[in-house]
Formats: sequence, structure tokens, C-alpha cells
Amino acid sequence: MPKLIIDNQEIEVEDGVTVLQAAELLGIEIPVFCYHPKLSIAGNCRMCLVEMDKSPKPIASCAMPVSEGMVIRTHTPMVKKARQGVLEFLLINHPLDCPICDQGGECDLQDITMAYGSDGSRFNLNKRAVPDKEFGPLIETAMNRCIQCTRCIRFATEIAGAPELGAFGRGEDMEIGTYIENAIRSELSGNMIDICPVGALTSKPYNFRGRSWELSRTLSVDVFDAVGSSIRIDSRGREVMRILPRRNDEINEGWISDKTRFAYDGLKYQRLDQPYARDNKGRLKPVSWDEAFALIVDRLQHIPGDHIAAISGDMVDLEAMVALKDLMTAIGSPHMDCRQDGVVVGDGPRCSYLFNTTIEGIEKADFCLLIGTNPRWEAPLINARIRKNYLATGLPVVRLGCDHDLGYPVDDLGNDPLILERILKGKHPVSAALKAAQFPMIILGQNAISRRDGPALLNVMYQIADKYGLIYDDWNGFNILHTAASRVGGLDLGFLPGPGGHGVKEISDAISRKHIEAVYLLGADELDMEALKNAFIIYQGHHGDRGATAADIVLPGAAYTEKSGTYVNVEGRVQRSLKAVSPPGEAKEDWKIIRALSEKLGFILPYNTLEEVRERLVDVNPLFEELDIVQRAPWTPFSSVGVVSSDPFESGIKNFYMTDPISRHSITMAKCTREILGGAPHVLHPREGGDPEII
Amino acid sequence: MLIKDSDRIFTNLYGRQDWHLPEAKSRGDWDKTKTYIAQGQQWIIQEVMTSGLRGRGGAGFPTGKKWSFMPKDDGVTPRYLIINADESEPGTCKDRDILRHEPHKLIEGALLSAFAIGSHTGYIYIRGEFYREAQHLETAIEEAYEAGLLGKNAAGSGWDFDLYVHRGAGAYICGEETALLESLEGRKGMPRLKPPFPAVVGLYGCPTIVNNVETIAVVPTILRRGGAWFASLGTPDNTGTKIFCIAGHVNTPCNVEEAMGIPLKELIETYGGGVRGGWDNLLAVIPGGASVPLIPTDICDNVLMDFTSLAQCKSGLGTGALIVMDKSTDIVKAIARLSKFYMHESCGQCTPCREGTGWMWRMLTRLSDGIGTVEDIDLLEQVTYEIEGHTICALGDAAAWPVQGLIRHFRPELERRLGVRRAG
Repeated sequence: MPKLIIDNQEIEVEDGVTVLQAAELLGIEIPVFCYHPKLSIAGNCRMCLVEMDKSPKPIASCAMPVSEGMVIRTHTPMVKKARQGVLEFLLINHPLDCPICDQGGECDLQDITMAYGSDGSRFNLNKRAVPDKEFGPLIETAMNRCIQCTRCIRFATEIAGAPELGAFGRGEDMEIGTYIENAIRSELSGNMIDICPVGALTSKPYNFRGRSWELSRTLSVDVFDAVGSSIRIDSRGREVMRILPRRNDEINEGWISDKTRFAYDGLKYQRLDQPYARDNKGRLKPVSWDEAFALIVDRLQHIPGDHIAAISGDMVDLEAMVALKDLMTAIGSPHMDCRQDGVVVGDGPRCSYLFNTTIEGIEKADFCLLIGTNPRWEAPLINARIRKNYLATGLPVVRLGCDHDLGYPVDDLGNDPLILERILKGKHPVSAALKAAQFPMIILGQNAISRRDGPALLNVMYQIADKYGLIYDDWNGFNILHTAASRVGGLDLGFLPGPGGHGVKEISDAISRKHIEAVYLLGADELDMEALKNAFIIYQGHHGDRGATAADIVLPGAAYTEKSGTYVNVEGRVQRSLKAVSPPGEAKEDWKIIRALSEKLGFILPYNTLEEVRERLVDVNPLFEELDIVQRAPWTPFSSVGVVSSDPFESGIKNFYMTDPISRHSITMAKCTREILGGAPHVLHPREGGDPEII
Repeated sequence: MLIKDSDRIFTNLYGRQDWHLPEAKSRGDWDKTKTYIAQGQQWIIQEVMTSGLRGRGGAGFPTGKKWSFMPKDDGVTPRYLIINADESEPGTCKDRDILRHEPHKLIEGALLSAFAIGSHTGYIYIRGEFYREAQHLETAIEEAYEAGLLGKNAAGSGWDFDLYVHRGAGAYICGEETALLESLEGRKGMPRLKPPFPAVVGLYGCPTIVNNVETIAVVPTILRRGGAWFASLGTPDNTGTKIFCIAGHVNTPCNVEEAMGIPLKELIETYGGGVRGGWDNLLAVIPGGASVPLIPTDICDNVLMDFTSLAQCKSGLGTGALIVMDKSTDIVKAIARLSKFYMHESCGQCTPCREGTGWMWRMLTRLSDGIGTVEDIDLLEQVTYEIEGHTICALGDAAAWPVQGLIRHFRPELERRLGVRRAG
């Protein structure tokens, strides 16, 4: 533990800490451009130069490890001169177009120049011009503004696993780019916009839409996958302007996926802003709330309570779910399910459906087996953690399932689920590897356990985990990777078929046998609507997507940015989102709709405020009281029956950019689908010599 | 005082004899090599330390001291010896002659030095443009392998040593030791941050020593004749002999091996055949390759050619390559050309060098045309100080120093041009 003195303050820090980090601990600010806490050290911007005793030259504090007895000074004439010099050099070729630059107001170069720069320019020659690059539908470039800090290159190479970005040219001709112009093929590419300290990389969808100081910030939680990334929703008036990540080392480390970041424009299109009812010609007609409720009451009073089913979707908050669950119970229906894809987990103990290792725990693992999952698309940030571990320790990753490029080497076992039984019997090389590993982990994809033989797979998995010691002390290597944000919460809540109740898989059969006559879809769009068509369908949700199209009554709800809701992420972490904007038109927060409907149906739910709903949530499951920490589940035995089939695993997600009602209506996501996945030729922009008529 | 012929190390510097193995042996190379190895690593390092040998690549770091920075051999981690033959410094061509005419001195030195630092693998990173030199080197290495002087049990010493030649692509920056390592590893030649130094974390993250061709090539002779002999030549702190390159406006440009600390004037008069048009026609000399500040006539009269003396007059020995400029030289244009070289060779990694070298060149070009104001000269000088010492590697310093030298000694000339332009 070396001791050093920075600006006359003594501090003792751990070995390997840099001078910059030590200064940060003391609250001493050192300006930086190229340094980023999550990336490797480049030391090229030279902004962080500080004076060190016994060194004739200033040192780069971001790269200098501390040593015993070091004396550092950060406010001397030498340091001041060095900082002014670096800023002057950065600015000589940086365009002074701050008034029209999207980074303006949140630009490191702007801020640092204000704080440390000199007052005027002494440069009277021509500035350098750099051709802009084409980085695809998400990232706008203005390469004149680039200060060659290489943060984006390091991010792409180290975090995103997309090494196509690099620097070519030398000296002042150095340029950042992909050389062969191409959209960057990474689900995390948007983060380069955040880490770019200047306006060289900016968000294409947000381009020229707003200024950072006009926006209100709401700290919230992401619902596009089950990771529950910490996000910040920037809104202006009633419009969500952009979504940014928040740093949360336990979950997303400060990164978010491109879907999380850019799908928000889907919130503006195809929204349900008033109730609809299907008229006798089969067309949906706008109606008032009272009319809609009256029509529902009218239909439901002729249907016995146990002939009504409720299915909840993938982005539903727990408040709405508990209200619907209470309503269904009051009506007397056991037919509830929050697993619209029909996965089999949820009946067993909590440990049987969690990502027990936790996201942070991935970094500790020394062996990883992926079964029927494509983490790169199902949870890009979990994939980034696996990659992080791979880069740090060379984590061996073995996969059973479809072949996807995950951004790190994977040992493929093929795609025969029966291999699992061989692994269990110790007849496969993986058995030995699992046994030898100290921190082995298995990740079972949501899609694998939604197969017909899901229970059998789960059972084999349990036995493998048990046999090879995947669980001991505080290590738990048994993981289910969900893709739905509300799945774990729904399971914790028990939004599941009661005794004699029908789950998602039996519903179509029950409808054809007239055991179920009405279905309440709470944000559930990923179902086979054909199977429900003989029932009376009430759809409550925020988008005119598959559910609303099939519905008889449509009740407009709120999207995740428009309500304060509780979600449980894949690890079992209870988190709360906050309302950033109001729902459009007559749309309401979901639990309120159900509460209002309950009154019309004559089963008044006993809560009137959000706080009371949350008290009810805690009543149902005390887990929901503790926020933002992983509520680990004790390992308890579980089993299910069935025979593993030899059908190969299939890809769960066919298109990363369009998985839910919001992203399916996002223009940005449509562009990504076309340009990044579809391999559609990139249309040359007029600026690149393309035909102006095309655009 | 000039050195005796018998004290010269590079006896075939001019290629008057054959460079192949048999002739090299007849000049004393590879003689009893194994007996030096038999005396152990410590003995070799001690002899090199006694000799006071300082690195011949330009920085002049004591070689023995550098070797002693190698961490203890753990028996597992490979250790590398890298020989820097990326000689790109303008005005310098001493390594080239060694590669062409004395390759076996280098190869023998490589074996001895590698043994001293505990390395079984050596790389010679040779400049891409040195095509014939690389061929000679390859041939010489082949000869050495055939004669059992390299490879398993090299020269019968019991030490295994493999030597490889790697041809660079002709980037000046790849002569910087860490950029060289990057390039050797297959990446873009960009200097690494120090610390850690290559002796601790070098090629592929392993302990590595990077030495100049001349440094390694003199090691066998030092061991043969003893460190004390080498130390007896030259001046204290600047011992031994050194190959000086004399170029520019002299009557007989040449490479010559002389003792360190020889007076500059004597060097030029004796070997360079004098300045074109006589000593009084001398304008300035850049004494150590392009990277050091020039010195004007009055300093040239008395200065000694060694690290200490030249540093005292705010210049440097660098590679020991003199660029002599007589009064016909447009000194501003000459330095502007050097500035352009540094702009072109800057790797672009760190800010001051990337942005500053271009700025300096543009300002110098304007000044040499007489465009600008007197304040521009001050601005230019300040810019050089904003670059110097603020960069990752020494290229920033090397780019700044010639300009500083120009302003220090030729400011009146710069001002005169501005005046001429204004008057005209």
C-alpha cells in the first residue's frame, strides 16, 4: 500500500492504482480526454500531465502507477502551461462550430477549455479538414471535430468486440474509421457516442433535435431486455428525446445496447391514445373510457369468472400485474400467465429461474457453458461481461446450440440437446471441464426452455448443476437467461396459473373447448393471436401491435417511460423506473386502468394510490421491498419430468433490433434491420458523391 | 588527438575487405567467443559497465546499466534481445556500414549480449529501405548458423541462441524502441507509455533489451580487449570510440571511427577534408543527426564531440552524425525541411506532436518566405516548448529542438527576412 502526496495531501492507496485515480480519491480534478475508467489506458491526449518531484518532465497521470513516496503537484505553473499547450494544440484543428454541434453543452473539450484553456487563439493558419465517415444508421460523424483520443477504437475493440474500427494515416493525417466504409456491426455501438469526448460521433437519430440543457433528466430502468440496465431518459415536454446509460457497475457498467438507446422513437408511432372497441363490421372504432368499460362489463357479466384468462406481456410493470392478478382472483379465475412464450420455469423455487451467478459474478467464472442461447442478442450486456472475462482471464466458453458470432471464441459442441445427457453421465469432455472448474457457470436460454421438452431440459440442467458442484458457498453457476423485462418479476409475483388454471400453452385448447371465453391481454403481443380468435379479447397496452389488432376492446396504457413501475431483472434485482413523460392522449397508467375496471366489474381493488399498490406488492412477496440489490435465492432442489428431444435448438431472437411493440415501430430500428442485418447496400449520401435524388 | 589504427574496432568499415565469415574471422571476429561466455553473465555485464559504453542510438544511456535493469530470470518467461537497425535519422548512416561490411561483428555481439541478459531469441529490426543490408545480414546469419555460431549450442558455448531479421516498412518512428516493439508484434508503430520500460515489459510483454546496432557490434571487442581499454579511449563519461558521419558542405563526406570527445573542428578538418570554402565559410553544424539543435560557428570552434560537451552548449551528440552547412545554406529553409520531416514521421498518437509538428512546419515555411510578424517568431518558440517534454516519446522533443536551435542562434536572420519582405 504505497503512500504518496498529491497537492500536499497524503493518501495511501492500493498497489497498481494510477496517480489520476489516487487524485480522484482525494477529490482533486485532473482533466482528461483519452482516459476512460472502463477502457485500457492510451495516454495519448496528454491533458492529464502533472508535475512529479524528481522528474524534469511532467508525467501523464492516467498512466503512471503510484509508488511509495511520490510527490505530485497538479496546480503549478508547469502543469498549467502544459494543459494550456495541449488545449491549444487540440483546438488549432478543431472547428469552432459549437453552436451547431450536438455535443455542445455536454462536451468535454468545451468544458475543459473553459476551465483550463487560455483565452484566445494564436493560430492563424488554415484548419485541417477530414472527410466524414459512414458508421451506419446510428452514429453520425463529424470527423473534423475528432481529437484522436481513440476512445471509440478502444471501446469497439475491447468492449464491443468489433475490431473493425481503427486509426489509419499518420501524424496529422491520422483518421479514425473503418477503412472500408461499413456500418459498425455491434449491438453496443451507440456507446461510442457517449464516450466520444467531442462532437465527432453523435447520435444520428437525435441529430439537431435538441440541446442538452433543454432536456429534463429522469433516472430510470430499461425494459428492452431482462438485464434492467440503468438508464437516463432525457425528455423535452411530452417527448422522449433520447436515452442514455447511467453508470452502474453491478449491471451495465455504463453501457447500454443500441435497442435500449435508439428504439425510443417507436414510442411516437402507432401509439394507442384512446380506447377502441370493435364494431359489428369488425373494425376498431374509437370509444370513450366509459363506453369501453361498459362494453367490457356487458360482455364479462355473461361469462363465468373461471372462463376468463389473463396473459401478461414482456414489458409490464409489477404494479399492473399485481392489480390484474388481484382482479382475476376476485373474479374467481385461476387462468393467469406471465410467460407468453410458454417457458416452463416458474413453478419451482426461485433459484430455478434466476440468473443466479449475477452479472458481476460472471467476471469470476472460469468456465461457461451456453445452452440454446445467443447472449449477444438476448442480453448484449451480459455478453459484454462474458467477453470482459474472456479478455481478462481467457474464460473458456462452450456452446450447445445455434452458431452465432459472440465476439469471443466459443467451443461449439454442436446442436444436439442429447449431449446434455452425456454430459450428465460424465461421458463428455465438458463433464471433466465442469468438474475441474472452480467457478463453473451454465447459462440456459429462455428459448431453450420454451421448447416442448423444456421441463426435461431444466431437469437435466438441475442434475448437472448438482452433480458437478456448480453451487457451493456463495457461488451459484446455474443461470436462466430471460429476455423479458417483466418475467422474473411476474414469476416472483406468482402471475401463474392457479390450481386447475390454464397456462399460455393450454389456452388455445381451452378456448376451443369453450373453457375459456375471454382473454385479458396485458401488453401481451408475442402470442399466436389466431389461437385466441374465438375468445373475447381485451387488450391493454401502449402500441397498436399484434395484440391490439386481434382485440375486441383496446385499452390504452402507458409505455415504460410514462409510468413509475417496478421490475425485477434477470438476477432477481428489484428496480424502479420513473415517469419521464405523460402517456399520450387518453392513455393511462396501467394499474389505474385495472383499478378502474375492477370498480365497474364490482370487485373493487383495495388500493387507490401507487404507494398502496406497492404495499400490496410487498404483501404478496416481501422481496419487492428491497430495491436495487440482488435478492439471491437459496439453492433448493427442484425437478420436472419429461424426455429430452433430439430436435436442435433454435435461435430465440430472429432480429435483435425488433423484438417488442416499441422497437417494431421504431424507424431507427427498421433502418438497423435493413442496413446492419439485412445487408442492404449502403446508399451513398450525396455528400459522398451519391445521387441526391435517392435520399 | 587522433586514435591509433590499432584502437579502431570496425576495421572493415569501408568494405575494402570481404564481409563474409572467413574474412571476418581473419579480422578477429568470432575468436574464442565461447571463452567469454564461459566467464558468465555477470562478467560480461561488468566488463560492459567498466567500459562505460553508452548507447549509440542517440540517447546515450549507459548500456551496462540498461542490461542490469532486466528482472531476475524466472526460467519460464522468455527474454528478448532486439537490435535496432531502423536507422532513419537524417544524416546518419553508421549502422548501414556496419550491416554492410561488418555484419559478423553485430552477430557475434548479439550472441554475447543475448547471453549476458539471458535471452535465447534475438531480433534485428532493420529498416525496410536497407534492402542490400538486409540481404548481407541474412547471408551472414546463414553463414553463422552453418558454422554452428548460432542456433543450438551457439559457438560451442552451450548457450542456445536464435537470431532473426525483421524488415520494417520504413517508418522513422519505428526506431523508437517501444514503437519498434509494437511494429515487431504486428501492430501500427506507435510508441508505448513508459513506465513500464521494455526491460520489464517489452516484446510480447516479456523482458526485452533494445540496443542500437553500433552498441551491440562493439561488445565483442570490448570483451576481447577489456572494458578498461575501451574506457581509456575518449573522455571520462564518454568513453570509447564512435562512428561519426560527416555530411553536408565538406570536401570529403565520410564515416569515420574516432575517439569520443574529439574536437568537432578536428573531426571535420581531418576526415571531412575541411568545410567547403574553408573553415571561415562555416555557418552552422547539426552535430548529432537531425534531432539536435544546430550550433553556430563560434561554438563549433571549440566544442568536443561527446554527450557532455554538446549538452553543455544546448545541443546533443545524438547519433554522432554531423550535418555541416556552409554560408550558402538557407538555414531557415533547411530547418523548415527538417520540420516537415518530423511532421511527416509523427505517428499521430499524442496531441502535442500530432498537432504541433504541422503547426511548426507551416510557421517556419512562412517565416522562411518572410511572411508574418516578429511575434510569430516568439509564438513559434513558445510552440516548441509546448511540444517539448509533453509527448509520449522523444519524437516531439526531436522535432522541437532543431527549431529551438534555429531561433536561439539565428533569430536575427529570421527577423531580417521579415524586414526584407516588408521593405520589398
